Amino acid sequence: MTSTGTSAINTEMHVRVADITPVAAAIKRFTLVRTDGEPLPVFAPGAHVVVSMVDGGRLRRNPYSLMSSPTDTSKYEISVLRVDQSRGGSAFLHEQLQVGDALTISQPLNLFPIDNWGRRHLLVAGGVGITPFLPMMETMNAEGRPFELYYSIRSRPHGAYWSWLADRYGSRVKLAVDDEGDRVDYRALLINQPLGTHLYVCGPRPMLDHVLSVARGLGWPDENIHFELFLAPPPGVPFTVSLAKSQLEIAVEEHQSLLEAIEAAGVDAPYLCRGGACGQCETVVVHADGELLHNDHFLTDDEKTSGTKIMPCVSRFVGAGLTLDL
Amino acid sequence: MSMTFNDETFRDDFTFRNSPAGIRRYPFPFHEDRYMYAVNIEPHLPGAAGTAYEHLIDVDEHYVAEMRDRALVLKEDPQRCQALPHMMAAQWDVLELLMTEKAAGYPDLFTLERNGDRWHWINRPLGIDDTFTFGDRSTLPYEPMEYIFRQAQGDFCIVDQRDDNLWMDAGIVTTQADWSLDFDIGMNFMEWHAPVPLAHQMGVFDRALKFLLNVQQGRPTRRLNWTMTVNARLDTSPENYHKWGPDKLTVTPENIGEKMHLRCELQSFWRLPRSNAILFPIRCYLIKFAEIATIPKWACRMHRVLQTIPDELADYKGFSRNRQLAIDYFAPFDHGQPTTPGTSPE
Repeated sequence: MTSTGTSAINTEMHVRVADITPVAAAIKRFTLVRTDGEPLPVFAPGAHVVVSMVDGGRLRRNPYSLMSSPTDTSKYEISVLRVDQSRGGSAFLHEQLQVGDALTISQPLNLFPIDNWGRRHLLVAGGVGITPFLPMMETMNAEGRPFELYYSIRSRPHGAYWSWLADRYGSRVKLAVDDEGDRVDYRALLINQPLGTHLYVCGPRPMLDHVLSVARGLGWPDENIHFELFLAPPPGVPFTVSLAKSQLEIAVEEHQSLLEAIEAAGVDAPYLCRGGACGQCETVVVHADGELLHNDHFLTDDEKTSGTKIMPCVSRFVGAGLTLDL
Repeated sequence: MSMTFNDETFRDDFTFRNSPAGIRRYPFPFHEDRYMYAVNIEPHLPGAAGTAYEHLIDVDEHYVAEMRDRALVLKEDPQRCQALPHMMAAQWDVLELLMTEKAAGYPDLFTLERNGDRWHWINRPLGIDDTFTFGDRSTLPYEPMEYIFRQAQGDFCIVDQRDDNLWMDAGIVTTQADWSLDFDIGMNFMEWHAPVPLAHQMGVFDRALKFLLNVQQGRPTRRLNWTMTVNARLDTSPENYHKWGPDKLTVTPENIGEKMHLRCELQSFWRLPRSNAILFPIRCYLIKFAEIATIPKWACRMHRVLQTIPDELADYKGFSRNRQLAIDYFAPFDHGQPTTPGTSPE
C-alpha cells in the first residue's frame, strides 16, 4: 500500500474490535483497528492507551499497555485480565464486548519507556504485567540490546504468552510457575547484575513492592529502576465533594472514582493515566474535614500527609466535607 | 510552485528582507504593551491562513536562502549537527515527522510516497528527488536527521527523556540566539537553562519541565521567545561571536531601521513515537525595525514594551547597549492611546 502518512495532529481515535482471542485462563487479547482505515500511530515500547467504553450507560476509561509490534500501524493489541472484583471495565471487555464493536482510544502514552541510555535491561514481570514487555523485547531484540526476562505466573493455564516467548527468545526468558513451586529469588538476582543494568518491573502490587524494596535495599539507584503499576480505582463509601470553581456539589458513588464523578458532572478535569501514576490529575484540596484516602503512587509521603493535594483518578475521601479547587 | 522564494543572504551584504505579505505573517511576540517572562505555552494547532501558524511546520519565502546559509555553516563547522549514539530511533522519528508535515502542508512543494519501508521524497524548491529505505541509514546521503534538517528551516533539538528529566542528546543549531549545541550536548534541562536570569527564582523552569515531561503524542505545543539581532545574521553563535558581536557597535539613529532586527523564535514541542524523545524545533523569524514600522500597532507597542523590559533581561538578550536607540526609534509611532489586544497586525 502506498500512503503519504498522516499529520501528527491526532487525539482520540475511533477503533473497531477486529478480533478477540482467549490467551490464558482469565486473559483475552483484543485486536483494535481504526474505523476510518487510517494507520494507527507508531508507539514506543512501554506505551499504553486509555480505552473508553460505555458500560451500562456509564463511561469507563481504563489504561491498557500496548502489546503489539510498535511499528505495526495496521492494528493495536491489548491483553486484559478479567479481575474478580471488577468495577466494570474488565468484566465489560470480557463478557459484553463483541468483534465488530466500536471503542474510542487515546493516543499512545508512555510512562514506562525503555531507558535509551541503558546498556543492559532486566525485565521482571508478573501475570498480565507481561504485556508492556512484549514490544520492549521485540525492539531490544531488533536493536541488539542485551535483556533478560524473569516472568512469574500462577500456573501454566493462567499465564499468557510464556510458551511463545520461550520459543522466540530462548534462554533470555526465565519462567517461574507458582503452582509448580518455582520462586524467583529476587535478592540473588538483583545482587548479581552488572553495574549499569536497568531494572523494569510490572506486575501485581505485592510482587512489585517486594522487587522494588529488594532493589533499593541493595543500593540500586532510582535512575535504574523503572516500574509501571496501574491501580484500578478502589471502591469505597460514597461521599460528596464541592467543586469550588465550578460551584457544584457532586456525589461519588461506591464503584465510581472521584475523577469519574467529576467528569459525569460535566467538569473538564485533566487526566492521563487514570491509574495513580502520572500526576496529571493532581488537584488542590481547598478544604477537607475528614480523611483523604490516598491510593496513588505519585504524591510523596509528605504531600499525602499535608492534606493539600489529591489524585482524583484513584483516591477517595471519608468525612464531613471536601472542597476541591476545580 | 505557488510560493516565490527570495534570493537573499544572511551574511556579508545582508540582502535579507520580508515582502509586505511576509511582514504581515510575522509571528509578532508581544500581545500587550508590557513584557515579562511567562511559561506562555499553548497547543500547537494549525492557525489562520496567511499567518506563520497556518501549518505546523512553516515554510516561507526565506526557505531556499536559509537552506543555503545552513549548508555554509555546516561546511565551516560540522559540529553544529550532532547526535549521541542512542538517538538513532529519534532521528528516524524526526525524518518521518518533518516529511509528513511538509507534504501535508505544502503538497505543491513536497511529496512523500511510502510503500512499506521504501520511501520516495520529492522536495521541489531544493530540487531533491530521493528514494530510500526507512530505517536503513546507508540509503541516505547523510544520517536521517541531518538529511531532513538540511531541508527544514529553523534549529532542532531532540531531547531524550530519562530520570524525570530531558537531555540535549541530538540536534542541529545554525540559526541560534547565542547558544551552542556543541557545548550543551548531553546536558539536562536545568543545566542548559542555567544561564537564564530571574526565571529560576520564579520557578519557571520547574513548571516548564513538569509540563514538557508530559507532552503527549499527537498533541504538540508551542511558545514564542524573542531577542534582538544587529544585521540579518541567522548564525549568531558563541563560536562566531567575534564576527557578529562587534556589529552591536555599528548601530546609529540613522541606520537602526535597516540594521536592527527583532528576532522571534517559534518553539514547538513534539512527542516522538518510536523513541519517546521530544523534538524541539526553534524556528527563527527576523524582521527589520523599518519593517515593523509599517504596521502602526506593532510600532506603537514596541515603544512601550522596550521600556518595561527588566535590565537583567535586556542584558541577557544582549541589547542593553542599543536599547535607548531602539526606544527612540519607535517613539514617534506611540500615539498615546491604548492598543488593541492581541498580536494581529490589523
